Amino acid sequence: MERDDIIEYSLDAHHSEEAGKAIRKKILNVTILLTLITVIEVVVGAKWGRATTTGTTWQMIKYGYIILTLIKAAYIVLVFMHLGDERKSMKYVILVPYILFILYLIFIALMEALAVGDAWSTYGG
Amino acid sequence: MAGHATQQIDNSTLWGGKVSPFSTSYGKLMMWFFLVSDALTFGGLLIAYGYTRHDAQDAWPIGEETFNSMPFLGHGYPLLYVALMTFILIVSSVTMVLAVEAGHRMDKRGVVKWMIATIIGGFFFVGSQAWEWYHFIHGSEFGKVELADGSQAIVKGHFGEIENFKVTVAGKHHKKGDIITEDLMHQYQHAVVAGHIEDGVITLHDGSKATIKKAADTHFEMIIKKDGSKHKVGDKLEGDKACKQYYEVINSGVANKVIYGANLKQNEYGPQQYAQFFFFITGFHGFHVFSGVVINIIICLGAVAGTYHKRGHYEMVEKTGLYWHFVDLVWVFVFTFFYLV
Repeated sequence: MERDDIIEYSLDAHHSEEAGKAIRKKILNVTILLTLITVIEVVVGAKWGRATTTGTTWQMIKYGYIILTLIKAAYIVLVFMHLGDERKSMKYVILVPYILFILYLIFIALMEALAVGDAWSTYGG
Repeated sequence: MAGHATQQIDNSTLWGGKVSPFSTSYGKLMMWFFLVSDALTFGGLLIAYGYTRHDAQDAWPIGEETFNSMPFLGHGYPLLYVALMTFILIVSSVTMVLAVEAGHRMDKRGVVKWMIATIIGGFFFVGSQAWEWYHFIHGSEFGKVELADGSQAIVKGHFGEIENFKVTVAGKHHKKGDIITEDLMHQYQHAVVAGHIEDGVITLHDGSKATIKKAADTHFEMIIKKDGSKHKVGDKLEGDKACKQYYEVINSGVANKVIYGANLKQNEYGPQQYAQFFFFITGFHGFHVFSGVVINIIICLGAVAGTYHKRGHYEMVEKTGLYWHFVDLVWVFVFTFFYLV
């Protein structure tokens, strides 16, 4: 039986040749950006990696890596996966629970790791 | 993307029933929910990895030291291979998004073309990972060595080629004076682990004894990874003296002083858990890539058969696209935390 109360949302995603051109241009730009970030990461890793740098420099590089990774992840999710084009409610339903859980998990894992590290250094192995 | 999601619809209509408040089809929303749960799994694995690693501190292997080989070129190319893998996966993600874009224009040829490109990229990535695993399991030519003072060291440098074994005492298969030129490296490493080399004389598996003819190693360097009574973690020993120390262990005739490659019990790179996490996380990711390739093939066949064209939209391509991009997304994080940091 045909149902007439179901809305076919995917039909709305269709776009024209001209709109397609603009979208493809955006995709190309994001590709170049992602490749560039990867190249930077690898060059830094090979030249100033953990084997050769220490102390504050390495700390800075490490946090730099994490920021670059998050930038890459944001572009993949928002542009390639089109989450940026979805309704606001959808964005929040996907992102907020995940970010909350992961931040909490990172927090308890770090706390626990510090406590275990303390116990090892105090009582020995 | 244009369409429903960008339209202004007042909240009472949007949330009043009979429409999706997200302006999304059921299937696409469920794909997103699945991806959130899968992302939590990978997040949990990577956090567990970070936790274990925090315990090990300096003994943990360094990415650019462990992964420095290229196919056909040998060692000395830190991170280059994994960068290539990352690039392949990003490119296949781009071809996938182009397939989705073609679907939005109802361009069947475009969809099929870009889907095939994506599948090829996926196969390249899985193949690269197989090579990486092979190399990881196989290990380096030097292995990790336990020195006389109890410290453990990994070795960098160029391993001088073994030219032949010359039999000096006959065994079951070999006569005295035989020159063996086949399968040398495998027999050599086996003998080193079993403690069957003493003062340059190797005892082969058939009981015969032979002298080893081997070219000299160059650029020899040992990096201490576990404290001993003389050396501390991070110490670097270079040159002839270090080389002599290494071969004293090889020629000692004591078993299990050298570890080659990796398995689930031990590995030459660092703590035991390192190889376990490597196998589990990259293996789990590789399995995702493989399933992604299979799903892509199925959807590509559907596009070729015109199933989606008849349906009036290519949303199936979009949904598999979401999965495929997710695989790429996970790799971005694995790449950072396994290889870079």
